[in-house]
Amino acid sequence: MIKKLLELDGIFKSYPGVIANSNISFDINVGEVHALLGENGAGKSTLVKIIYGLVKPDSGNLLLNGAPFKPGTPSEARKAGIAMVFQHFSLFEALSVAENISLGMDHPPNQKDLGEKIKSVSESYGLPLDPAKTVGALSVGERQRVEIIRCLLQNPKLLVMDEPTSVLTPQEVDILFKTLLKLRSEGTSILYISHKLEEIRKLCDTATILRLGKKVDTCTPKNTSTKKLAEMMVGSSIKAPKKINKPAGRILLKIENVCSLSKSQFGTPLTNIEFDLKQGEILGIGGVAGNGQDELFAVLSGEQISQKGSISFNESNITKFTPNQRREIGLLSAPEERLGHAAAPNMSLIENILITAEQSQDLVSRGFIDWKKSKAFAEKVIKEFDVRTPSSKNTAGSLSGGNLQKFVIGREILQNPTVFIVNQPTWGVDAAAASSIRQALLTLSESGAAILVISQDLDELLEISDRFAALNEGTLSQIEKTADLSFEQIGLMMGGAKDLEARNV
Amino acid sequence: MDFSSINPALLIASLMVSATPILLAAIGEAVAEKSGVLNLGVEGMMIVGAVVGFIIAVNTNAPLLGFICAAIVSGIFSMIFGILTQYLKSNQVATGLGLTLVGLGLSALLGRPYEGMKSPTLRALDIPFLGDIPVLGKMLFSHDLMIYFSVFLVAIVWWFLKFTHAGMVLRAVGENHDAAHALGYKVVRVRMLAIMFGGATSGLGGAYISLARVPQWTEGMTAGAGWIALAIVVFASWRPWRVLFGAYIFGGVTVLQLNLQAAGASIPVEYLSMSPYLITIIVLVIISSRGNQGAPASLGRPFHASS
Repeated sequence: MIKKLLELDGIFKSYPGVIANSNISFDINVGEVHALLGENGAGKSTLVKIIYGLVKPDSGNLLLNGAPFKPGTPSEARKAGIAMVFQHFSLFEALSVAENISLGMDHPPNQKDLGEKIKSVSESYGLPLDPAKTVGALSVGERQRVEIIRCLLQNPKLLVMDEPTSVLTPQEVDILFKTLLKLRSEGTSILYISHKLEEIRKLCDTATILRLGKKVDTCTPKNTSTKKLAEMMVGSSIKAPKKINKPAGRILLKIENVCSLSKSQFGTPLTNIEFDLKQGEILGIGGVAGNGQDELFAVLSGEQISQKGSISFNESNITKFTPNQRREIGLLSAPEERLGHAAAPNMSLIENILITAEQSQDLVSRGFIDWKKSKAFAEKVIKEFDVRTPSSKNTAGSLSGGNLQKFVIGREILQNPTVFIVNQPTWGVDAAAASSIRQALLTLSESGAAILVISQDLDELLEISDRFAALNEGTLSQIEKTADLSFEQIGLMMGGAKDLEARNV
Repeated sequence: MDFSSINPALLIASLMVSATPILLAAIGEAVAEKSGVLNLGVEGMMIVGAVVGFIIAVNTNAPLLGFICAAIVSGIFSMIFGILTQYLKSNQVATGLGLTLVGLGLSALLGRPYEGMKSPTLRALDIPFLGDIPVLGKMLFSHDLMIYFSVFLVAIVWWFLKFTHAGMVLRAVGENHDAAHALGYKVVRVRMLAIMFGGATSGLGGAYISLARVPQWTEGMTAGAGWIALAIVVFASWRPWRVLFGAYIFGGVTVLQLNLQAAGASIPVEYLSMSPYLITIIVLVIISSRGNQGAPASLGRPFHASS
């Protein structure tokens, strides 16, 4: 017999200007994996925060095991048996694994007993962890394990997971799924939040789909096609970017034997990076976050000068060029972090245009800014890349993530780069905007530019890149033709599951 | 020049006296900063403690009561900073500087009638046996209560931060306030308590200047001690025992240069007077130049609960 664990009835929550959740009702049964599917901004996070006691709904009821349930704080939710793994990890980098776990518990045992408990539980679920290590020194996959173990130590009845696989290699995802299925067989319910459709079809028993704060449908994902799920999630069909096969031209950018130390304390140094980038091709660089992506980007954009090796552009050496010198010769770049790195949040879009397009568009003469020209270029970007903003005078920080990303990418593409380096072009961007950004990259490459895309989204890299390589602990794998690659191979290129072996699962 | 007039036992003894005000203020500020709050009002909280301690001690003739009141009043005084920064989200740097200016002004006003008076001082403790050891007894075991209390306080803070659950929560709040909030910890409450602790110990430090080191009241008598305390916290990498070490180096060089002045050293007085600041900072910079600085990641960042 199917027993209901958690029932949501007419949950409504609004923030000034937005309705985050509008009359959402669904049930989570005991021992099922329930997917919550939706785009960014569909209201998934708010709903989860309500269940975990971080946000109070304006109206509507929650029933846990048939009894009214109104968690006022996360600790009340934890007491009722609800545990949560956050999307942006709620970890403290300077503290040890055991300390981090103990902070998430209501009655932590002393550190020594806890250490032993962590060891035994983590091994029995195939997620080994050293309790004495500092979290700052762990890989992203290991950090997630810390979060999961923190939850498991409290024997939860409902485990909430917010986009858990976005940071994992395919092999790590397999291990995570095995752990989750083991939990399910022990009677734990799982609320699984994601926008990755294949995963949901593989793992989940039931799926509830949200769009713009409303529940669209509840279905059985195994019996629903990916296309159908995507349409329900987005509300319309998405045009997949079209890729034309064309022969690659001559080498534009040549990287030889580049090594570079990391600026940040927990970063990864690069060792002996070598590749070349040809006219009209897109080279995709995959890999789990924190394996040297940021460092590679910094070396190519000129933010950091590589200690060894050489970078040549059109057969002239540009190893020691500053970012502005590189821009002048047509090597443009768009970093991952939109706010604070690619754009200045409190400056207007026009001012943000000036940051990178000043030279190529001749926006400054004799030290004075040509506002008219800057505004015209800003408006061109806004128009051609469908950036939704009231005007070009609005600040960059006032735009939504997806719109700002379109603006940042558009700003570089409209300067007609010869070589374009982009890090995480569609990170945190909704599906429609992501597909238009990918199309823009493809169009740019067809016009003869060479493009390097660094991304953690494998589907994206497979979709647009001609050749693929993975970064693993600061070294670059063999470069392979994308068309010849299987997921299995890609996983191995990314370093597989490293130390993480599924044992006793 | 006559170096024989410099007595090492006396030097160490007076080193501890001269370091204690800074040590007290710095250990409190270290706790506040560990919780993620940068309070630049240390100088102001110290001088308020100095004047309050002095007034109470003169009127009641009980220096210990002076210390207690100084701690309480400076703790309350620091709550101005706490309420402004934690509840009203004002900028921590500007508010801290403001607190210093208010403290300096307020203390000058309150202290006016007491200008030139002498305060009763704490008696040196008479520790049996230990105090009778030759040289060492005079060096280490013939001090007043506050000096031992300050060292004890360093030990307590070290133990609290390293071994207790509450101390771990405090470090967690300073490290990542959003995550601490998501786990259900009361970020603002933890920080208010840390600020209040910092205020109370700064008050004690100030009172030690006006009741023990120079037992009288002069306007602005903390003379930058609060600022050097702030610098020591940073260069000590927020570690309690290093704070003690830094404060004692400062105290030591201060006393030594005074002795050198008295002995008629041929170095110009200006260089001698700047030497404590210079040497303390150089030594601590060298110590902290290697490896992890350990700055709390949320230090000075405003916290807005998003829900």
